[in-house]
Amino acid sequence: MLARLMRIEGVWLFARSPAAILAAIATVTIVAGAALAPWIAPTNPYDLASFSLIDGLLPPAWENGGRPRFLLGTDDQGRDMLSAILYGARLSLSIAAMAMTVALLLGVGLGLAAGYLGGRFDAIVMRIADVQLALPAILTALLIDGISRGLLPRAVHDDLRIAVITLAIALSLWVNFARTARASTFVERNKDYVQAAIMMGQHPLRIMLRHILPNIVGPLLVIATVDLASAILLEATLSFLGVGLPADSPSLGTLIRIGMQYLLSGEWWILWIPTVFLVVLVVAINLLGDFLRDLFNPGMR
Amino acid sequence: MLSVEGLSVRFTDRFGAAMAVEDVSLSVERGEIHGLVGESGAGKSTIGAAIMGLLPAAGQVAAGRMTLGETDLRTLSPVAAHRLRGKRISMIFQDPQTSLNPLMTVEAQLIETILAHEEMTVEAARRRAIDLLEEIGIANAPARIRAYPHQFSGGMRQRVVIALALCSNPELIIADEPTTALDVAVQAQVLDLIRRLAKTRGVGFILITHDIGVIAQVSDRVTVLRDGRVMEQGPTPRVLGQPDHPYTKALMAAVPPLDRRLERFRLPRVPGEKMAQVEADKAREAEDWLMEETGSGPALDLSGITVRFRGERRGLFGPREDFTALDDVSLSVRAGTVMGLVGESGSGKSTLAKVIAALVQPAAGEMRLDGVALPPMRARRRADPSRRLVQMVFQDPYSSLNSRHRVLDVLSEPLWLYGLEPDAGRRDRLAHAMLALVGLPVAAADRYPHQFSGGQRQRIAVARALLSRPGLLLCDEPTSALDVSIQAQILNLLKDMQARFGLTTLFISHNLAVVRQMSDDIAVLKDGRLVETGRSEAFFAAPDATYSRDLLAQTPCTGQQF
Repeated sequence: MLARLMRIEGVWLFARSPAAILAAIATVTIVAGAALAPWIAPTNPYDLASFSLIDGLLPPAWENGGRPRFLLGTDDQGRDMLSAILYGARLSLSIAAMAMTVALLLGVGLGLAAGYLGGRFDAIVMRIADVQLALPAILTALLIDGISRGLLPRAVHDDLRIAVITLAIALSLWVNFARTARASTFVERNKDYVQAAIMMGQHPLRIMLRHILPNIVGPLLVIATVDLASAILLEATLSFLGVGLPADSPSLGTLIRIGMQYLLSGEWWILWIPTVFLVVLVVAINLLGDFLRDLFNPGMR
Repeated sequence: MLSVEGLSVRFTDRFGAAMAVEDVSLSVERGEIHGLVGESGAGKSTIGAAIMGLLPAAGQVAAGRMTLGETDLRTLSPVAAHRLRGKRISMIFQDPQTSLNPLMTVEAQLIETILAHEEMTVEAARRRAIDLLEEIGIANAPARIRAYPHQFSGGMRQRVVIALALCSNPELIIADEPTTALDVAVQAQVLDLIRRLAKTRGVGFILITHDIGVIAQVSDRVTVLRDGRVMEQGPTPRVLGQPDHPYTKALMAAVPPLDRRLERFRLPRVPGEKMAQVEADKAREAEDWLMEETGSGPALDLSGITVRFRGERRGLFGPREDFTALDDVSLSVRAGTVMGLVGESGSGKSTLAKVIAALVQPAAGEMRLDGVALPPMRARRRADPSRRLVQMVFQDPYSSLNSRHRVLDVLSEPLWLYGLEPDAGRRDRLAHAMLALVGLPVAAADRYPHQFSGGQRQRIAVARALLSRPGLLLCDEPTSALDVSIQAQILNLLKDMQARFGLTTLFISHNLAVVRQMSDDIAVLKDGRLVETGRSEAFFAAPDATYSRDLLAQTPCTGQQF
């Protein structure tokens, strides 16, 4: 069984790359922890009744004064850090994943059409993409946040905060997909199998989705992985700046923002533990992305 | 001078070790051209790389002795080997486009190479460089030497590459497919040059090629390789004239002769090789289905086809200089016959096929299929009946099949698309039967295109075209990416299918010998203009146009010259 698996090139290269294995273990652990948070977290950080100020600012269990009940200590409100981080990762990862999905659909759709159709449509889409590239992601997010604040009543806006931040991240990431999809489509379009399909009179949509798309997923998958890490970071940045999620929804970004206040006051764990967690997650995903990129670009091995 | 004895090269990968070359012995004397011929995977290039000491990381010389003069090539230190490469052994690669640095003038590249091997002043090196260019036949060398590689034509560029190889007065030059990327006329000139250099300078050449015609034209001795082993070795006239080994015989039988037309290629059995077998009973269903549409294919009439490609602007406000790819081409293909279309690269052969296939928009001209107007690209609707009637077999079987689709999906697509077969089960059965008809196992349907060899892929491409029930088949260099023995099989297949189903066929090739085997009529294109058309047999007996005569004379032939 193992021997047969090793014949698959990807598996073989994976087994020989310690970085990829470590990254995969870290990613799977964190994603599983985030997904299972409601079942494995000691407390529910959304449930205000479950923590009290009396437990506030307790250090991690291994430190002097720590209690085994709060493995990674507590914050000023008495929230269990471990639970907060697990729930935070859950929120961060879902926002990043949703933003990625939107960016992927938008970017690949537009890029594929632009590369296949060419001409004026291509020019318009790519100029929009150029404008988008000129705007920093944070500016886009601030813009969308500002617009939605102005247009929507406060209560509705608060309810839609997750949607707003997702949209903001998606809008700053779709360009990557669009450009890659367009470039790959250009290459594939001139290959004989696509020419054959055009000659036969197949519907353009069918040619794009059934013939070209399967042949360009490789590079897109790589970008999706690397951009997932960017999306997580972007969400953290926005939340840290206060544009993103409110302080009572513990995403990794909001946790770090809260921790900032205790940076020099001795309660290091409130800042450092979520930060290290975020760094590990992002580095692990990036390493996986690098591994995938090498896999799809044999020339770089 | 060079002597190789019992050379074996092993390649190691994650599946274990494989021998790429086994027990090969050969020798090259001063002034001798030694040809290494064989099909892809025969180990020709590996032998060249082993002699140069440039095997890829996975390869290693497992056994054997290699000596150049008194020097043992196997025991050289890396530094000594590096000094020897280029100095005593040079190499000429296939593609002159990529073996010259596009950002350096020819002068700079030649001088750099000369100075790398010899202590002399730049001025002396420049004089030597100019002499070299004159020697290899570049006119006005003192001026031309300042040009960049892109300012030379393909053949001239390959001459420059040869000059580069001569810079250090090497004893041995390894030429790896030196003329494969060139047109016949240019190929003939480059081969003449190699011949002349061997005579005048006494350089030994190892000429690696898949083309027996090239070997016949220039080499003194020849080694026939297959799967890394020597099949036969000896003086060229003896080996090609009276081959001993069954493999050499099979190879010679597969080479299309220029001087006569064969009804079918005889393909002698080679020990240890599986031949494609048509499983007649399984193929029956597809054959009957194709026969349902009786009669022969339609006649194709082209008149005044002109194609212009948009050129570059000269300067910001200058006019575009359009490039005329086809200029007023008028051509008729008789119903149910094969029209051969020949010409050098850039003559517009493929463009003409693409105009008929509605992939390129003509600027002017009219097309008729059995008298009915055939709309050009922009006017041809997706549902136009000609979409089904006109099918194409492309040159490169590696890009003409979608690598993400199973063969079954590739084959059943036309049946579904044109609404030829409403029943999905019957579509699958027909696809399977068609595989049997083109000589592939029925089990091939469940695999992906990359699991097949080039020849098998081309069979799949032919099967796909046939499943549209076409009337007109466009074959754009269908065999030029294939080995000769595979080419012979595909040509047999195309002949069979064409005759059995009465397909009107436009057969495009740069190889006159191949066209002779296939076509009833012939048309010669040069620079987008029609030079000559006529019955194939009459053409080959006595071509009218001067250009056709040149083309015919320059085609290397293996015919009955030995």
